[in-house]
Amino acid sequence: MTALSDLKIPGPTVIALTKPFWDGAAAGRLMIQRCGACGQAVFYPRAICPHCWSDRLGWEQASGEARLKSFSDIHKPGHPGWAPVAPYVVGLVELAEGVTMLSLILADGPVPVGTPLRFAPTDIGGRVLPAFRPVDPG
Amino acid sequence: MTSAWDSAAIVGIGELPAERHTENVTTLEVLARVARLAAQDAGVEPGEIDGLLVGPQVGETPQHVPATVAEYLGLKPVMANVVDLGGASGAGMIWRAAAAIAAGMCETVLCVLGNHRNPEAPRSPNRNPIREFDVPFGASGANTSYALLMQAHMAAYGCRPEDYALIAAAARTNAQANPDAIFYGKPATVEDVLASPLVAAPLHLLECVMPVAGGDAVIVTTRAKAERAPHKPVRLLGAGEKITHRAVSQAPSLTSGPLKPAMEKALAEAGRTAGEMSLLSLYDCYTIMVATTIEDAGLAPPGGFGAFLRRTGLGPDGDHPLNTHGGQLGFGQPDLAGGMTHVVEAVRQLRGSAEGRQIKGATSALVTGNGATMSEANALVLGAEA
Ligand SMILES: [Zn+2]
Repeated sequence: MTALSDLKIPGPTVIALTKPFWDGAAAGRLMIQRCGACGQAVFYPRAICPHCWSDRLGWEQASGEARLKSFSDIHKPGHPGWAPVAPYVVGLVELAEGVTMLSLILADGPVPVGTPLRFAPTDIGGRVLPAFRPVDPG
Repeated sequence: MTSAWDSAAIVGIGELPAERHTENVTTLEVLARVARLAAQDAGVEPGEIDGLLVGPQVGETPQHVPATVAEYLGLKPVMANVVDLGGASGAGMIWRAAAAIAAGMCETVLCVLGNHRNPEAPRSPNRNPIREFDVPFGASGANTSYALLMQAHMAAYGCRPEDYALIAAAARTNAQANPDAIFYGKPATVEDVLASPLVAAPLHLLECVMPVAGGDAVIVTTRAKAERAPHKPVRLLGAGEKITHRAVSQAPSLTSGPLKPAMEKALAEAGRTAGEMSLLSLYDCYTIMVATTIEDAGLAPPGGFGAFLRRTGLGPDGDHPLNTHGGQLGFGQPDLAGGMTHVVEAVRQLRGSAEGRQIKGATSALVTGNGATMSEANALVLGAEA
C-alpha cells in the first residue's frame, strides 16, 4: 500500500502572501488570517479582507478544531498521482473560527457530515500539509 | 409591460451532433460550422452579423478570442466579447446580446460555443486559489465539487441515491427521441445508474455528464428584423444572473445556489412561475444540479425533488417536460456549448419544430445555466411569439 508521503502529486503553488499558511502547517500550526477592521476570519489568505476590503489582515493560529461540512470518497481521482491511495476522502472542513477549507480527511471508516475534526498536519507527497482527522470520541 | 428585452428576439439556432472523439480539429473550424448552421437557420447573411459573443478557448487562443474568431469568420463586429461563465456562458450570451441590441450597440449577434475532442486535450497551467488550496489535497475537477454538494444535500434532507438517479434515467429516456444525442439508442434505468461505478461518492458514473465534441450557436437580432426571419421568433421574457464564488469551499450554501435569485428575477420579469413553464430546460452537469435547481425554482420544497420527479411526467407529453433533448446527461456535454444546448432546445420547442419530441402548444421555457461549482448562474425565460 502506497503511503501518502510517497505520492507523486502536485503541491501547493505557494506565493509570498500565502507562505505563512504553508510554513505554519509544516511546523504543526494552522494559521489563518483575521481582519483588523471588521474582525472576521479569512480563508484562503488574501491581500484584502473579502468582507470589508480592509488591508489590515493579520495572521493568527487557529484552534485546529473543526467540523465536517461535506465529504466525498474519491474513487476516480482528477489527478492520476492520487490513484495509488484511492478511494480516499476529501472533505469540506469548517474551522471553529467560521471559515471553510477543503482538505484531506484521515479516517479508517465512514465519517458522517457533522463529525468533529481536528487539525492533523500530515506528510502528503513529501510535504507536510494541513489534513484533518475525526476527533476520537473516547 | 415593456422591458429592454422587447428589443430583441432569437431567430437562429445551430447545433452539431455530439461526437465522442475528433481528430486534428480546431475549435475555430467547429465554431465556423455551427455559426453557418445558425445563420442559415436565421436567414441572415454573414455581413448582417455585427455582434459576436464567444467563449474562452483554453489551449488554442488564450487571448484576443473575439478578434480571432471574427477574422476566421470574416466578420467585423461593432460589439464583441468573451463570456466566461463556464456552463452559464451560453444562457449568459443570450441576455447580453439582447442588452447590446437594446442599447443600440449592434443589431444581429452571433452567440457561438464549440469544442473538439482531439486525443490530447490541452490543459492550461493554473496559478489560482483552487490550484493552491484544493489540488494539493487530491481535489481536482468538477466531480469532487459536485460530490461534496450532493453529500451535503443528502445529509441535510435525507434524500436517497435512487432519488438522484431518477434524473439521469429521465435524461436517458428523453435522449431516445434525439438522434444527435450521444446516448441515443442507449437508455438507462435507475438500477443501471446505481449499478454504475462510483466516481466520487455519492456520484455514480452515469450521474456525471459524458464529455463530447460539438457546437451550438444562436442568432439574436432586433424585433424588426426578426419579423422577416424564416422561423417564428422566440422572445426573451426575463433574465437573471448571479456569481457567488469559484471554489466549492467558498460556497455560501451547499444546498441552494445562485440560480435561486437568478431564476426569481427572470421569472418575475416574465410574470410567470416555474410550474407554469411549458419546458424546463435545466442545466444538468450532474444529477445533484437538477435536484437543487428544482428546489431553488420552488417546484419542490428543500429535499422534495425526488417526490416531485416521481409524481411528474418529464417527457414531451408530461406535465413538466424536463430537458426534452436529453439534457447534457443524455446528449453529452460539448464543453461550454453544453449549456447552450438548453437554449437551442427551448427555441426548437417554442418554434414547434422539435421533431419527434415536440411539446404540444409550447409557449414558455425556463432555461438555466450553471458554471464552476454551482457558483456561476443564470436563468432565462423564453416565450413563443404570440
Ligand atoms: Zn474585514
